[in-house]
Amino acid sequence: MAKRVGMEVAVAVAEAVGQCDIDMAAVYPITPQSHIAEHLSDLVADGKIDAEFVTVESEHSAMSAVIGASGTGARVYTATSSQGLMLMHELLPIASGMRLPIVMGIANRAVSGPLNILNDHSDIMPQRDSGWISLFVENGQEAIDLSIQAFKIAEHKDVLLPVCVNIDGFQLTHMVEPLEFPDQELVNKFLPPRVPYATLHPSKPVTMGAFAMSDYFTEMMKAKDEALKNSKKVIIDIWDEWARMFGRAYKPVETYKAEDAEILMLTMGSMGETAEVAIDALRAKGVSAGLIKLRLWRPFPFEEIRAAAKNAKKLIVTDRAVSFGGPGGPVFSEIKSALYHEAHRPAIYNYIIGLGGRDVTVKDFIGMVEKVIPYNAEKTVDTYEFWGVRE
Amino acid sequence: MNIVENFDLYAPRLINKKELLSAGHRACQGCGEVLAVRLMCKALGENTVIASATGCMEIISSMYPTTAWEVPWIHVAFENAAAVAAGVEAGLKGLRKKGKIDDRYIKVVGMAGDGGTMDIGLQALSGAMERGHDMLFVCFDNEAYMNTGIQRSSGTPMGASTTTAPAGKISSGQKTWKKNMAEIMVAHSVPYVATACPSYPLDFIRKVEKAKATKGPSYIHCFSVCPTGWRCGSHLAIAMGRLAVESGVFPLYEVENGKYKVSSEMPKKLKPVKDYFKGQGRFRHLGEAEIQVIQHKVESEYQKILDKVKYLKAWD
Repeated sequence: MAKRVGMEVAVAVAEAVGQCDIDMAAVYPITPQSHIAEHLSDLVADGKIDAEFVTVESEHSAMSAVIGASGTGARVYTATSSQGLMLMHELLPIASGMRLPIVMGIANRAVSGPLNILNDHSDIMPQRDSGWISLFVENGQEAIDLSIQAFKIAEHKDVLLPVCVNIDGFQLTHMVEPLEFPDQELVNKFLPPRVPYATLHPSKPVTMGAFAMSDYFTEMMKAKDEALKNSKKVIIDIWDEWARMFGRAYKPVETYKAEDAEILMLTMGSMGETAEVAIDALRAKGVSAGLIKLRLWRPFPFEEIRAAAKNAKKLIVTDRAVSFGGPGGPVFSEIKSALYHEAHRPAIYNYIIGLGGRDVTVKDFIGMVEKVIPYNAEKTVDTYEFWGVRE
Repeated sequence: MNIVENFDLYAPRLINKKELLSAGHRACQGCGEVLAVRLMCKALGENTVIASATGCMEIISSMYPTTAWEVPWIHVAFENAAAVAAGVEAGLKGLRKKGKIDDRYIKVVGMAGDGGTMDIGLQALSGAMERGHDMLFVCFDNEAYMNTGIQRSSGTPMGASTTTAPAGKISSGQKTWKKNMAEIMVAHSVPYVATACPSYPLDFIRKVEKAKATKGPSYIHCFSVCPTGWRCGSHLAIAMGRLAVESGVFPLYEVENGKYKVSSEMPKKLKPVKDYFKGQGRFRHLGEAEIQVIQHKVESEYQKILDKVKYLKAWD
């Protein structure tokens, strides 16, 4: 059994990536990703990782460089946040369209303007439709585990898609937590060397990133959609394998006291643990409350969400990003879509919380549940609210 | 003796006979750029990986499910060819070092047009050159955004009429002088910088070979005549390239480790720029006075290069 160590989560993510025999990394510094970048460079400088470390001049070039390197067959990693992710935006659908198994850590941070360096999910939400597998972690241990699993998922022959691991900036990246690193020998067994489909090498010349017009484009988009949808099975299999090897189980949707709950709350990312405390407090007061934690954002786990919500009367969806002028937060929209065809579906309420690093406490989560208790579940309040906003 | 008739006799000594950019691509008739790319590939040989920017050369060569490329080739986006090439170089280096691929030397080449190099791609190129990747970057400069329909770039020459800087009642087309990209690369202290033109194929090939042999970053600025965008006859691409060089509008020179050398193709006495302008629709609106302003500027810019040849010493 690996021993537990106290370590900052961002540093731990770099350590975990260092266990994955990467061949190349390209990073551009941005708060709060910077500790991942710094520690990766330390590991390379000390010879602990045998990889090319490219200190590019922008996030756009970071993504461009890992695309190029991944094309050669190398195992690659990059990490970013917020504006950096927005700058990479153009290249994200190209990376997935080229079916390159790039792994990216995202220290989630609010997008400008105004400039704000703290945590929310407004950076990843605009990347939703870029064809990447998108995972959310709740704590440091998950950040380590999913960063390693991401390579295996991405490189699986039935997937071949880029994967991003969303780690809440500061709230997670800058916390020192007790962590357990998987044994290196077991990681080597779990994650064998990448077997690329095709590579940029003169021994067998290939053309990557060809130009396609209306006669092929639709088929390519359909193929990418199928690949992303089909990846869910592989992801679940890999999580099962991880559970067998390392004893920690992962599911696309985690639940907490949700089975018999009349009122469910849904969170994504680091706020899950705070919400759990609120659920316990509500249960102590006799409120039948439970929690759904969404780990897999893309591909979206429709079946799992339906199963988790099937017995509830009310469902509170929290969002840490805004879809301006839209129907509610981006998570809310997906959950509503998932439940639309269900004969028995809960009334759904949406609270926008924790924008730009605003603290969301146990009291806030209790408040959200208590607010919807008097609502008539037959008459859904079809609106969303910025929780705790000063007006 | 006609060198073309005796191609098989002379060619193997001068040029690689193997075609690495195959026929059947979709370039315009008389395209100077695709000719340059073909020659570049011949000079580079098979152990090459090319990262191309979006642009004419990308769309004419890679229409799915066909490809004209006989070397490994990747296209990602418009502004990032240099960053992609840098990534390819780093990826191959990492794999080779760890014994994951065979131990052969592979030259990585980034290529883009003038827009993809001098405008939108300048940052990525500057970063790649500064970091010292072992790669060649070639700008195929046809002096405007030809792929999107002849819009001006920072590579468009003063006085040229384009679709976004047109000649009009109160305008004479491009108002600014062409950005001096080769000098920007020299300022990055890269070991080898050269200008070239496929109208001088052996000079161009020799320069590509030199760049290939250079360890570290190198840059070639290749003047690429675009009959479609310049509004000249498609049979005139070679002649126009020659006139650009002979008039000093596009001087051929090399900078090796900071030392300047004018290529032997440069004439002792420059031809007047109007000889070069007169065959092209993009300069047709220019009056004598405007041409004279350009003439003086061309001469003084060329003199600067001659002065550098004379006064600058190599770094080492």
